[in-house]
Amino acid sequence: MPRHWLLRTRKGALAVLLLASCVGLAFAEGPQRTPSIFAPASTPAGQIQSLSWFVLEITGSIFVVVGGLLTFVVIRFRARDTDDNREPAQIYGSNQVELAWTVIPVLIVVVLFLTTARVIFAIQDAPKPKAALDVTVVGHQFWWEYRYPDLGIVAANELHVPLSSTQDPKPTYLQLLSADVDHSYWVPQLSGKVDLIPNHPNELWIDPLHPGVYLGQCAQFCGVQHANMLLRVYVDTPDQFAAWVKNQQQPGVQDPAVAAGRRVFETQACMNCHAVRGTAATGRFGPDLTHLMSRDTIASGAVPNTSGNLRQWIKNPDSLKPGSLMPAMQLSDTQLDQLTAYLETLK
Amino acid sequence: MADRTLPIHGALDLTPPREREGTILDTLHDWVVTVDHKKLGIMYMILAIFFMLVAGAEAICIRIQLALPDNHFLSPQVFNRFFTMHGTTMVFLTGIPLIFGFANYMVPLQIGARDMAFPRLNAFSFWVTLFGGLLLYYSFLGGSGLYGMGNAPDVTWWAYAPLTARAFSPGHATDYWALALIVTGIGTLGAAVNVIATVISMRCKGMTLMRMPLFTWLMLVDSGLLLVTITPLTAAQVMLVIDRYLGGHFFDTQAGGSALVWMHFFWIFGHPEVYVLVFPAFAIASEVIPVFSRKAIFGYPAMVAASVGIAFVSLGVWAHHMFTVGMTSVSNTFFVLSTMLVGIPTGIKIFNWLATMWGGKIRFQVPMLFCTAFLFQFLAAGLTGIMLSVAPWDWQLHGSYFVIAHFHYILVGAIVFNTFAGIYYWFPKATGRMMNQTLGKWHFWLFLIGFHVTFDTMHFVGFEGMPRWIYTYPADRGWSHLNLVISMGGIIQGIAVLIFAYNLLSSLFVGKIAGNDPWDAWTLEWSTSSPPPDYNFATDPVVGSRRPLWDLKHPEDPDWKYEA
Repeated sequence: MPRHWLLRTRKGALAVLLLASCVGLAFAEGPQRTPSIFAPASTPAGQIQSLSWFVLEITGSIFVVVGGLLTFVVIRFRARDTDDNREPAQIYGSNQVELAWTVIPVLIVVVLFLTTARVIFAIQDAPKPKAALDVTVVGHQFWWEYRYPDLGIVAANELHVPLSSTQDPKPTYLQLLSADVDHSYWVPQLSGKVDLIPNHPNELWIDPLHPGVYLGQCAQFCGVQHANMLLRVYVDTPDQFAAWVKNQQQPGVQDPAVAAGRRVFETQACMNCHAVRGTAATGRFGPDLTHLMSRDTIASGAVPNTSGNLRQWIKNPDSLKPGSLMPAMQLSDTQLDQLTAYLETLK
Repeated sequence: MADRTLPIHGALDLTPPREREGTILDTLHDWVVTVDHKKLGIMYMILAIFFMLVAGAEAICIRIQLALPDNHFLSPQVFNRFFTMHGTTMVFLTGIPLIFGFANYMVPLQIGARDMAFPRLNAFSFWVTLFGGLLLYYSFLGGSGLYGMGNAPDVTWWAYAPLTARAFSPGHATDYWALALIVTGIGTLGAAVNVIATVISMRCKGMTLMRMPLFTWLMLVDSGLLLVTITPLTAAQVMLVIDRYLGGHFFDTQAGGSALVWMHFFWIFGHPEVYVLVFPAFAIASEVIPVFSRKAIFGYPAMVAASVGIAFVSLGVWAHHMFTVGMTSVSNTFFVLSTMLVGIPTGIKIFNWLATMWGGKIRFQVPMLFCTAFLFQFLAAGLTGIMLSVAPWDWQLHGSYFVIAHFHYILVGAIVFNTFAGIYYWFPKATGRMMNQTLGKWHFWLFLIGFHVTFDTMHFVGFEGMPRWIYTYPADRGWSHLNLVISMGGIIQGIAVLIFAYNLLSSLFVGKIAGNDPWDAWTLEWSTSSPPPDYNFATDPVVGSRRPLWDLKHPEDPDWKYEA
């Protein structure tokens, strides 16, 4: 029976050593969704992980050797009570020794540098396949806008991408823009982070190899609610993704039963910032709400998308995400109920 | 003893300071108007320690907020202000004043001078720095403008554009931040010029550059580096103020300005600044380790060369803070290489300290305890620095708690530890009294434990994807227990620092009388009385080697025979 990879390799042994404490603690906390950089699910994240194990081995060895020498010196050459009071032999230096501990680090740097350079070019300058999906990501204070130019979809906060595989690569290329200040796109299991900087478009690619939800968040301070600018990436199987695309391409549902709520939406300030395709609402400051109910969370991942949270969010956004740029709309209870009912039809 | 014209009769007041005291007002007046390098050095130290306590209290509040997931101890607004103020204070009002506290007090004594080259500039620099600090903290009261009291800068200590534009940072908090850094910057430049001039022109007879104590060498290089790096910072702050008040568009991205330009300006200052801050730690280690190992420093010329080398290379590495901003693969590769190169002279320094201890008879008194811990911690910090220089890995680690752990390993594990070492080491010289060694050991061990509980753990929470600057985090990320551990370590460090503060104050009054040379050391400052008289030396000293007091104590085997 093949042993677990952790026990099979030297890297594995190091992994056990390094992560024992935190993994142990993490399990003790019950079901967790830790976005660990050592649990890659995409090629760039995987390449970074292999490189990082290599660097850890080298730096770890240096620490053991030099730290060991230091420990030896501290124990062996400590002053003892039994010492005579004579000063130890004075040694002023040695050119040979200096040369040795200059040349050896130079060699180590050469090795580390060449290995690093290879991975930089492999990730940054990877050729873009024809089958790649393009998504434009726009960072806002404090939420994410996703536009799929080829599919005619505008979504927010929850990114859906197709599953890729080594046989049939279907990577997703993210064009990173910012509407206001600097942000940074970081989903550790899928790739390293790249910043979203106004006037400075950037690019990032992922090719997720396992379906599921991957968590991350904004990694460049962007204002009051930087902490709740959370990222959720849904990696869908081809069928799931096709179904999701089909639904997102529809205009907003128009249910006569909630016409009152829609009237509130269109007569209050909501439509200044939010869009619902197929209606008069075309605002772009806030997230597109055409398919609000297809999302698991609201407020950029801050709270689950439940009826109660939705109503609370409209009533007083600060109670869920203090400092969020959405104003409290001062609606009556009836208007709140009507509006919530309308939003809940936007599947 | 060449210059027999000194002392000019009556110029040197040798009465012990204690017998000269008048009323409290007289003493106060004495300190406010002083241009004496020793008094200014002590005032710089008090300034640094005061702001360290303030910024430390901010850190403790930050850690209480993060101890539990979804905690409500601090609001997001207050949290953001606290970490901005913590960083800004520690770098500009603790780190830099510490340099000049030590440099002011020790450099003239070590080179056998009567004072700094420009005593009035020295006083001016100190008061301007203090004023800058007060300006920064006044923002808590006056930063509000029209937006209500209780404001303060909340843009991180990097203050990336365009978050600092008036559109995103209304009110005056950001202005106080920019102006405070311009003002303290003027103080820093003045003090740096002064140290350079002093070292170049005030050395006593026989004190060639290659006979200067390494401490003085490092302060010289440090001041040179400060001159080069504070300038772009000040320029950037001026541009920011122009943007905010005169309609400039340097960093205003909505009018075609560039956010990247700010980053380049900031980091061409910001990275060398790290070395600026760590050089005093090197300086202290280079004095304490030889004295407590009872050996001459190993490879003195290599140590000097390594210091100068680090300073030069550090000017070409700034964009390793920008691996994630979308530079080309070629630029990224260049900065990987330049960053890794810093590891070589840094390694040389560690090896030379190690070799100095090798074969010695190491006395583990409190200063040496701190320096020993420094060596281990600095080694680890250097190695995590190598990890961060690996650009692809930095794409993961940048902006995470791993980075916080890395630079606190430098800033606390190296700089604060050695600052404590330096204070325990030179307190007897400055006050005439020893600090309590038992309390010192309690301070050391508690601080060591607290430091490792906090900052070792931070590396792991960074591996698990926790970004910095977040005021709260969801409970399901697996970060909760680790954060609780980190916060508890912070409390332990806080207790240790309180013990230190108590030790500092009580030793001032009841400490054992030290005598001139309590550690049996070798540099010139130990040849004069403790505390040294005004103008330091009754006659201008003449030195023949790097360890003038060794030569005096061992006339049968003096150093100058062996120094090339």
